[in-house]
Amino acid sequence: MNWGSVGEFLAMGGYAGYVWWSYGMAAACIALEIAALIARGRQARRESENTAGG
Amino acid sequence: MNWFKYSSPQTFYPLAGRLVPLFYVTAAMLAAAGIYIGFFVAPTDAQQGEAYRIIFIHVPAAWMSMFIYVVMAMWAGIGLAFNTRLSSMMASALAPTGALMTFIALWTGALWGKPMWGTWWVWDARLTSELILLFLYIGFMSLQASIDDPRRADKAGAVIALVGVINVPIIYFSVKWWNTLHQGASVSLTRSPSMATTMLTGMLIMVFAFWFYSIAAALMRVRCIILERERNSDWVKQMNGPRT
Repeated sequence: MNWGSVGEFLAMGGYAGYVWWSYGMAAACIALEIAALIARGRQARRESENTAGG
Repeated sequence: MNWFKYSSPQTFYPLAGRLVPLFYVTAAMLAAAGIYIGFFVAPTDAQQGEAYRIIFIHVPAAWMSMFIYVVMAMWAGIGLAFNTRLSSMMASALAPTGALMTFIALWTGALWGKPMWGTWWVWDARLTSELILLFLYIGFMSLQASIDDPRRADKAGAVIALVGVINVPIIYFSVKWWNTLHQGASVSLTRSPSMATTMLTGMLIMVFAFWFYSIAAALMRVRCIILERERNSDWVKQMNGPRT
């Protein structure tokens, strides 16, 4: 185990900003992509159903 | 099993729908394992302290950014050569995820470069060629978006994708060919890795996590593209059921 406490873990040996901004941005990008894909899928299904109905 | 059966959008659409959750779940489990190893098993680096832990995001994203481009160019090329609709749709579905991986690689690289090199960015071979990769993805997407006829957009995109593929070996070998701030390859096929085993294990697990995620996202996007392009076809109308 590398960390004595939660505080030590969060401090990342003084590199907290660099490490957490890396992980945070990657997580945010992935979350945004998934959200965008869900929205696009919904839209595509709705439009295809409307076309079929028309 | 007849693989060609799945080369038409009509049969691939439901297959992709079944595969998407599998790939997402696998990616999530791999990411959980990789992050656990990355933070709690892998030791502190002797030279870089804890800052090196950015590697568990940076290297997988950078590898995927190049790999996705090659796969995208391959599908685009197949679509161009054989006029197969689904291949071109796969190429278009991969581009945004590839661009995202490129962005993550550049972003984490900057955050790693600042504490280690003292600068967020340098115009050296590795960093510049990776930035060009981002522009190639954006160029591919904006060109396709600017052409109304999907089949013509496929062909125009394929030309950019295939020409741009030359950039991928340039990125990969840039650290050998030119003097650069960026360190050389930590992992290569010809010699043993220059990393502790647990660091390497964590990194490789994260590579697979990113890999499965990319497949899941690309399959999800190709389903959107199939529906958007084929909504007037009979199979989509049948799938949606008769309406009066």
